[in-house]
Amino acid sequence: MAFLSYLINGLSLGSVYAIIALGYTMVYGIAKMLNFAHGDIMMVGAYVAFFALNSFGLPVIPSVLLSMLVTTCLGVVIERLAYKPLRQATSLSVLITAIGVSYFLQNGAQLLWSSSTKVFPSIISSGAIKLFGGQLQISYLTLVTIAVCIAVMVCLTLFINKTKTGMAMRACSEDKGAATLMGINVNRIISITFAIGSGIAAVAAVLLCATYPTLSPTLGSMPGIKAFTAAVFGGIGSIPGAFLGGLMLGVIEILSKAYISTQLSDAIVFTVLIVVLLIKPTGLLGRKLNEKV
Amino acid sequence: MKNDKNFFKNLFSNKYRSRTLSFLIVIVGYILIEIMMATGSLSSMLKSLLVPVTCYIVAALGLNLNVGVSGELNLGQAGFMCLGAFMGVCVSGALAPVIANGIVRLVLAIIVGAVVAALFGILIGIPVLKLQGDYLAIVTLAFGEIIKSLVNNMYIGFDANGFQFSFVENKLHLAPGGKALISGPMGATGTQLVSTFTVGVILILVSLIIIYNLLYSKSGRAIMACRDNRIAAESVGVHVANTKMLAFVISAALAGAAGALYGLNYSTLVPSKFGFNLSILILVYVVLGGLGNMTGTIISTIVLVLLPELLRGLADYRMIIYSIILILTMILTNNEKVRSYVGGLREKLKARISRKEAEAHE
Repeated sequence: MAFLSYLINGLSLGSVYAIIALGYTMVYGIAKMLNFAHGDIMMVGAYVAFFALNSFGLPVIPSVLLSMLVTTCLGVVIERLAYKPLRQATSLSVLITAIGVSYFLQNGAQLLWSSSTKVFPSIISSGAIKLFGGQLQISYLTLVTIAVCIAVMVCLTLFINKTKTGMAMRACSEDKGAATLMGINVNRIISITFAIGSGIAAVAAVLLCATYPTLSPTLGSMPGIKAFTAAVFGGIGSIPGAFLGGLMLGVIEILSKAYISTQLSDAIVFTVLIVVLLIKPTGLLGRKLNEKV
Repeated sequence: MKNDKNFFKNLFSNKYRSRTLSFLIVIVGYILIEIMMATGSLSSMLKSLLVPVTCYIVAALGLNLNVGVSGELNLGQAGFMCLGAFMGVCVSGALAPVIANGIVRLVLAIIVGAVVAALFGILIGIPVLKLQGDYLAIVTLAFGEIIKSLVNNMYIGFDANGFQFSFVENKLHLAPGGKALISGPMGATGTQLVSTFTVGVILILVSLIIIYNLLYSKSGRAIMACRDNRIAAESVGVHVANTKMLAFVISAALAGAAGALYGLNYSTLVPSKFGFNLSILILVYVVLGGLGNMTGTIISTIVLVLLPELLRGLADYRMIIYSIILILTMILTNNEKVRSYVGGLREKLKARISRKEAEAHE
């Protein structure tokens, strides 16, 4: 029973990673860049939700929507100002710019909201479902987190596969030049990708803060790295890959914390990543690229 | 006499100009700082930055060999620095009763740090260099985090019976007079400060000699060939795996040496200092200085370490301004118009010099 409860906790943490990883993987798939500022966009989302709940006293759903709106705008603005001028530059220059943006957001948050930690209010009642005569308890929070993750995943898959914009996104990730020739506005598609990725980062932020309720300007960096790892784990650029990678990373982290060692859990997570990449060099669901001369 | 003239001409020939420039900058910088120290015009803030700057320069030079010359994005340089730092602290701490001279201990610590980091470089390089591109980057990041996390759980003590070692939990039973060198997340405490600026500068010069000798050798050309076109290099008989490994291991060794120097500059040192952020910081120095350009790395490291200090007057805004400068530099250096403008200026300058030379000949 203990194992089952750890597993469910792992899935819940993994759901948060998966949602953040979706943002990483979509941006990578289309703009071919590692957006290291993604975790910090999530951090901004967490602060906006915090102030909406605490200072404005808004209910939960409007707060999340407001937070999503802010991060969506932020993502698009960052893309326009910092990344768009570098469309033709080498990937390393774009990477350093993303790091610059990450510093900017972290220090800006520190300036605006001070570096002292804040406590996120609880948004979901603390009850739990009891199964097997009370042997297995699943808190509502865990259930909501997993449900939201599945909902986000389903919506995103439908969007990518069924809508015209989604088709354009797939075309851009396949071949930007050919997509342009087909009359697709590549710049607009990249902006939309940033908008969606940043918007769902706010959802992840609220779920993360509901579980670990301390807010600080560096809140986004560790989940950001973990989510990036999850995206690579599943095969970067692949949306189902990010989902699978995120869930597996969360489960491995919680299980190794429970059964092996709390301090070594990070080391174990990264070791599993290395082993997976050695067996499958492009991640679990990544496509193999053939090298041509 | 004619030979001498050729020698100087050679120093500034197209091929060797960057090497001469690198050495000149380091030596002139050292002399300037020594003069400033002697006249007492160096603030204590800047003084405390001298040794860290030399460490960052050495680590960044190593990383430039890996990222710029070999073309493999490495996000785990801080991991190798971590190994070097804590090995260095152990060596220096254990030898303290035997060797009284701090400089000798420092040099030994740097050598041991470099060797250990190089050994780990080989171990890590075998799996890492099989991957490519962003996957390689994430695996180096993973190794960096693993090393940090392992050191974070390591307890090493030293007493009359020799070294004692325990993992995850502190199980050291030190004899009286023994000393705990590394105590898990608390890191190394009570380290004797033996690092000096002069040794740091010598370390930079040694790294430059190693790197430039490599670059101008057959192996150096092979490394660049593998970066530019892996398949073409393979087809003319270059062993790609070994060549990439050479750059990776030298980079790791330099990071280890830099780490040892860094570790012995602080009386307390925690492993969490060597995280992802430090790797990124060093990568920023390398990219801003120019990939493959060692002189650029040295200049950009000095400027970027000093920048937050110079902006100190702006108090809270300094890191924001730092990040904006970083973003603007990347955008401007990649802007077509700015590039062609700078290129045009350079052409004009060259034309003027050659015209003057022609006039002088007449």
